[in-house]
Amino acid sequence: MYEHLETAENAAQLKRVVIDPVSRVEGHGKVTLLLDENNKVQQARLHIVEFRGFERFIQGRPYWELPVLVQRLCGICPVSHHLAAAKAIDQLVGVDPENLPVSADKLRRLLHFGQVMQSHALHFFHLSSPDLLFGFESEQNKRSIIAVLAAFPDIGVQGVKLRKYGQEVIRMVSGKRIHGSGAIAGGINKALTPAERDYLLQDIEQMIAWAQGAVALIQKVHCSNLPYYDEFAGLRSNYLSLTKPNGALELYHGGIRVKNAEGGTLLDNIDYCQYNQYIHEEVRSWTYMKFPYLLSLGKEAGWYRVGPLARVNICDYIDTPLAEAARVEFKAHSQEALVHSTLAFHWARLIEVLHCAESIERLLHDPAILGGELVTKGEKRYEGIGVIEAPRGTLFHHYQVDENDIVTKANLIVSTTSNNMAMNESVRQVAAEYLSGQELTEPLLNNIEVAIRAYDPCLSCATHAVGKMPLQLELINAQGDVVAKLLKHDTGEFERIHG
Amino acid sequence: MSKTLSIDGQEIPFEDGQTIMQAAAANVYIPHLCHHPEFTPHGSCKLCTVKVNGRNCSACTFPAAEGQEVLNNTTDINADRKKITQMLFVEGNHFCPSCEKTGNCQLQAVAYHLNMLDNHFPLFYPQRELDASHPDVLIDHNRCIFCTLCVRASQEQDGKDVFALSGRGITKHLIVNAPSGKLKDSALVADDRAAHICPTGAILIKRTGYTIPIGQRLYDHHDISDVSLATAETQHDQ
Ligand code: SF4
Ligand code: FES
Repeated sequence: MYEHLETAENAAQLKRVVIDPVSRVEGHGKVTLLLDENNKVQQARLHIVEFRGFERFIQGRPYWELPVLVQRLCGICPVSHHLAAAKAIDQLVGVDPENLPVSADKLRRLLHFGQVMQSHALHFFHLSSPDLLFGFESEQNKRSIIAVLAAFPDIGVQGVKLRKYGQEVIRMVSGKRIHGSGAIAGGINKALTPAERDYLLQDIEQMIAWAQGAVALIQKVHCSNLPYYDEFAGLRSNYLSLTKPNGALELYHGGIRVKNAEGGTLLDNIDYCQYNQYIHEEVRSWTYMKFPYLLSLGKEAGWYRVGPLARVNICDYIDTPLAEAARVEFKAHSQEALVHSTLAFHWARLIEVLHCAESIERLLHDPAILGGELVTKGEKRYEGIGVIEAPRGTLFHHYQVDENDIVTKANLIVSTTSNNMAMNESVRQVAAEYLSGQELTEPLLNNIEVAIRAYDPCLSCATHAVGKMPLQLELINAQGDVVAKLLKHDTGEFERIHG
Repeated sequence: MSKTLSIDGQEIPFEDGQTIMQAAAANVYIPHLCHHPEFTPHGSCKLCTVKVNGRNCSACTFPAAEGQEVLNNTTDINADRKKITQMLFVEGNHFCPSCEKTGNCQLQAVAYHLNMLDNHFPLFYPQRELDASHPDVLIDHNRCIFCTLCVRASQEQDGKDVFALSGRGITKHLIVNAPSGKLKDSALVADDRAAHICPTGAILIKRTGYTIPIGQRLYDHHDISDVSLATAETQHDQ
């Protein structure tokens, strides 16, 4: 549709407008628009500085460190990395998901619901609600959570508390609000005490009520700004997520489902251990970020979207009643067709917050979280794959180890990577529709940020190079050739060496 | 009547032949890393430095004597100890957040005790190896502080000679007594004391990391001084 804008023929003669950094996105992204003489957008790219250094960094480490090491990939969804790695190393000790002890499975789910809830609440209330409540072209000084708290005190406070509650769930299960331990190969290292359970039970009803209010709010915002909300940066795309075998929404464990833009099912209930028979990753010369695509559709047409919009779109139902009612209204809005509006990510995200709150309540009433068998073990294996629905979408962790338990190979597909093509498409669309031929203004440029932010890309997740540790990183293409080297000095400065 | 010395003004009884560290034992905490009550003192980490009648001495090797005036818990001495600890951190590769020893590590606990908030010195980032060749025990040389406790434990308790230090100064490193230099070819077995004595996360029993939940680790709720005093006569910090 807008592919012609990706690479301009005469790039050298074009004027460059750089928006850097994209504010209020965790991490650091850069958008370049290459304009021609008449300020027409010729080229649009979202540059994500992604080094793939982490995969190198974990090579040579013992596998049981993985769930704790990989948490450092991302400051806002560390638990998802923790659990994806844990699922992978379960397999290294010979434990398949169906053999994980029931208590460990439920405690991990509880932990994950806490993570998704806190991450979504952070994104919606702290990062996006200023735009949604004040309008995308509001003055700069209104666009912060502080302004939201002043103008809409109830909503602001609820957002802060929903996030805090999610963090408390994480703290109770993993020992810390961020970067705890918890999941270990074949299980989990502790159950909840009755006191911890009771502490979490105190506020859960309130959380469910607030989450319901938040869904109603976003639905109202969405539906009272039509057609803008339906059309802004909208893309007709494929969608991918895990679902339960029966088609229900699933965040912790399930099979891969893919639907095309028309709602046709391309893949269903695929064992994720076979993911590389269905999904490949393409390297492009201008970015370190890879572009995953569905093998059956090829590089051009095979890109897909992941995350809340994908999940709520393609599941058959949600197994908690209030979130299911919200999903039914969501789908009614599009007359049961798939919802392609990029801003509907926000709506879907809040439906998931509600689902998390309901699911947390259900698990807190389950005696299995208070004890029982927590760890099990089988025959050692040399390869493990863990896939989970992280807040931002499907997250793949794939490891190989040697006979000494040392990681020899790692491949991670982070959610933001899966949405890479879609974000580029949305940026291109916004640039073509809203910026071409106009004088560039901050609010206009902000439209691009709004489009990117809808995906909630955790850019730090894809770029984290472990503080200021001097590292030499290499970019290796699909053929295994080193095509670029990047040094990071302990000053934080980079030096690029072409290989 | 037994003899006494004073540490920071407190009267401490001792018996002939004891070091200052042994006299202090369950009475006064003197920070230490290479000292362990079950093994011959080594006197290498210098963390136990105290002032005896105005002179710097290692408490773990210096004999106690009648009427000694020992200064231990003073601002100046603790400032020096903090610098020593910072040097230990920058000399190796100690990444506490992901290390499986975190919460049970004496180096980390001493750093907390001394209120060490940063590395102060530039990191060396030495290139060090990880030896995972043994089926049950792993050495991550990145975390070795050359305390020689494993060397002494192997010799004195296991009746083996699995470890030794080689080289001097910045090239000093721990070696394994085996033709290949690999742990798998040494006489070490997982039950050996030497496999369990490391105060940091350098020598580890494989596949046991992170099994102790946060909140239940040795130093989660207790400062190393309390743990050390409470266990001075028995297993000592283990
Ligand atoms: S491996 Fe551990 S016990 Fe042995 S010298 Fe190094 S720090 Fe001390
Ligand atoms: S404890 Fe005395 S020198 Fe190490």
